[in-house]
Amino acid sequence: MAAVQETIDQVKSIDVDQYKYGFVTDIESELAPKGLNEDIIRFISAKKDEPEWMLNWRLDAFQRWKTMEEPEWARVDYPKIDFEDLHYYAAPKTQEGPKSLDEVDPELLETYKKLGIPLSEQEVLAGIAPENRVAVDAVFDSVSVATTFKEELAKAGVIFCPISEAIREHPELVQKYLGSVVPVSDNFYATLNSAVFSDGSFVYIPEGVRCPMELSTYFRINERNTGQFERTLIIAEKGSYVSYLEGCTAPQRDENQLHAAVVELVAHEDAEIKYSTVQNWFPGDSEGKGGIYNFVTKRGDCRGANSKIAWTQVETGSAITWKYPSCILRGDNSVGEFYSIAISNGHQQVDSGTKMIHLGKNTSSRIISKGISAGVSQNTYRGQVSAHRKAKNARNFTQCDSLLIGDKCGAHTVPYIESKNATAVFEHEATTSKISDDQMFYCQARGLDEEAAVALIVNGFVRDVIQQLPMEFAVEAQKLINISLEGSVG
Amino acid sequence: MTAQNQRVLSAAETGFEEAFAATHGKQSDGLGEARRAAMARFEATGLPHRRIEEYHYTDLKAKLRSAFALSAKAEIVAPGAVGEVETQGRLVFVNGRFDAALSNVEALAGKISVSAWAEEMGAEKAEVQAHGAAAFPRADALVDLNTAFVQGGATITVAGGEKLEKALEIVHVAKGEGASFSRIDLVVEAGADVLVLESYQGDSGAYLRNTLTTLEVGDNAKLTWVKLQEEAESATHLASATANLGKGAELSQFLLDAGSGLSRSQFAVAFNGEGSNAALRGVSLLKGDSHADITLSVDHKVPECNSREYFKAIVDDKARSVFQGQILVKPDAQKTDGQMMVQSLLLSESAEVNVKPELEIFADDVQCAHGSTTGEIDEDLLFYLRARGIPEKEARKILILAFLGEVIDELDDERVGPLLTSRISNWLHV
Repeated sequence: MAAVQETIDQVKSIDVDQYKYGFVTDIESELAPKGLNEDIIRFISAKKDEPEWMLNWRLDAFQRWKTMEEPEWARVDYPKIDFEDLHYYAAPKTQEGPKSLDEVDPELLETYKKLGIPLSEQEVLAGIAPENRVAVDAVFDSVSVATTFKEELAKAGVIFCPISEAIREHPELVQKYLGSVVPVSDNFYATLNSAVFSDGSFVYIPEGVRCPMELSTYFRINERNTGQFERTLIIAEKGSYVSYLEGCTAPQRDENQLHAAVVELVAHEDAEIKYSTVQNWFPGDSEGKGGIYNFVTKRGDCRGANSKIAWTQVETGSAITWKYPSCILRGDNSVGEFYSIAISNGHQQVDSGTKMIHLGKNTSSRIISKGISAGVSQNTYRGQVSAHRKAKNARNFTQCDSLLIGDKCGAHTVPYIESKNATAVFEHEATTSKISDDQMFYCQARGLDEEAAVALIVNGFVRDVIQQLPMEFAVEAQKLINISLEGSVG
Repeated sequence: MTAQNQRVLSAAETGFEEAFAATHGKQSDGLGEARRAAMARFEATGLPHRRIEEYHYTDLKAKLRSAFALSAKAEIVAPGAVGEVETQGRLVFVNGRFDAALSNVEALAGKISVSAWAEEMGAEKAEVQAHGAAAFPRADALVDLNTAFVQGGATITVAGGEKLEKALEIVHVAKGEGASFSRIDLVVEAGADVLVLESYQGDSGAYLRNTLTTLEVGDNAKLTWVKLQEEAESATHLASATANLGKGAELSQFLLDAGSGLSRSQFAVAFNGEGSNAALRGVSLLKGDSHADITLSVDHKVPECNSREYFKAIVDDKARSVFQGQILVKPDAQKTDGQMMVQSLLLSESAEVNVKPELEIFADDVQCAHGSTTGEIDEDLLFYLRARGIPEKEARKILILAFLGEVIDELDDERVGPLLTSRISNWLHV
């Protein structure tokens, strides 16, 4: 109950403006000229000091992208994006890349501090700050500005660095795995990302290593009219374990910003990857103006036997979300999990879900999706569960529940269940309802006001998913849920 | 991606276009204009393929490989027996055309009015022209084909307040090869109550059947619609149906999907008046390499209506079962209660099931749920029966019959229940 009181206070402390990360960092940036062509790709590649093979890979992706059409099947509605009217590269202006944290622009450190992301290791190492050590890779517009705890991680053999650095330092790993889970021409936005991605995180966990701390990337879009295209690649070798957190925010701007990321996870034999996201991009103002277009391709490949990949996400931001974190269960006995809370308010449109592709024997997957729609938003769960011929004894359980708050929003469920194996057992359940008057009456009869009652019921509704989040995120997520729903009652 | 723009016509598509040019393209009957408009739409879209969302799992462009000639008028001695159900009257269609000699509509006089027709007789009738493609809620190539080629049909009106105990039987027979197109428009006037038992049967030819059924259920009226799809194994059955429900109306439907190598049964139900109920149910029995698609959409336009969808499939050998169900709740449809349940039992290694139960909800004060399960026969249950001395084969049949029996129990109609049970158990014993 204490947690609930805390979240209620959180709601009350926020006034008219719901989005507290909407500030702009005043920092001089270096921008690539607007537009998309081979020169821009060469420019990005040159900026990153990339080897020839990487440039060719990008150019190949660009050639393919030019032949592709924007997908229109999702239940989202937005004016056509002019891909020529975007900056494909924006970076805080610095003479040289920072050698250590001390050299990072204080303005940037301040930004992350405001966002609640500690980039200074000293305090933690000196024992001043509490002992929840999280290594952070901070990505600001198109570049990674700081990565903490690198040395400590290196001692364990873990590589955690910006992907641009990995391309230079570990080309054999990048070449082997990049595009192996999400192929270059997988879909329109993934192909675009392959051509123009500017930065992102690279994680390599060697055989048998349990990553000593949580890894985290924090994405921030600052510059006007930019697209952020980051690329994350996580490789967990045999018997290793890693938990990875991802957070995102953006300033409040009138125009829409594009975010098209690609995340690839590879889990080898007996490895486990836990990937958690708290997505809080600017959702647009109360009239539906501005906000981030979030078109993301996330996919995990359980390549080895007994491997496990779990996606947990709390989605409260973005004007438009188009995202389906998926698991390819290739290895025998591999496990895929997807826990999601998607909250839409105002004019937000969410079309999100997952894919569980069962290829190996005895593979199992679990999907728990909770959608909450309020205001005039549309919230769609779209998911696919499939068992292929050889997926003997595949097992899936899916539960997707939707909660509607107000009579102008929509909640939709579109599952695709495909079974080609008789021994596969699939169960799917979905419900849609509003908070019942009985529940509200019960709470209010016990002295809770309307908003507190909604907060309590909603918290109960999403508990299954919140429980899956790492500690640090669980608290943040719970607060976010209350922020997002603020003003939706009455 | 660019290939989409240059559509290559399949043999079946060319066949339909040529057949149209040779018949209705030249001479016109009373439906000429509607036929030409429908054909123009078909020529623009062609047969639906997997990139059309509604046909994602049933790619008709790929599945209908060869061209079908239009079926000829044929004569038969008598249709196959439908079963032990007391009937009020009977309408028989042979190759899409109404056969007056085999039908018995005299007994219906005063209660049900039947205006049946075949191409040669009465396509000019106003009520025939009023329906067609426009009755179906979305543009659909199968409905367009039906409108373009329709060879016969009937407009059946059940008079207001008439409560009929005995069934009205409609038998569709196919003879020889070729494509038949027929249409039934059924109006159940306010306060009436009727059971319609429809049977589709054919000899062993590789024929194609395309039907369109429009149902109007008036205020406080009740329609029980039982359809037995028992076409020949090599046949293609493409059925489209639509139902409009008035205030306090009740639609109770049952589909036995047991025949034809390729079938598509699409049914669109709309609630136009408050306080109505629709229960859609079905059992699919699939074996060999048959492919059966059931696609439903229920449109809750007004408040306080209930919809139930309950479908089960048995999929053996290399058969493929497709179920797509959509419950749409419009913004005004508060207090809607929509429930959908789809269960599939796979009996063989190479069987396949594709299920897409969809909820689309724009109103907040609603209770909607869907569930779906896919799997094989529970080993524990099988063990239980075998431990009691029941041979495995027999035990499987008992379990399957029990599994499917739940849908028949749900229909709760003693007039047709025994018939459905015996049909299923016959299928299991073959």
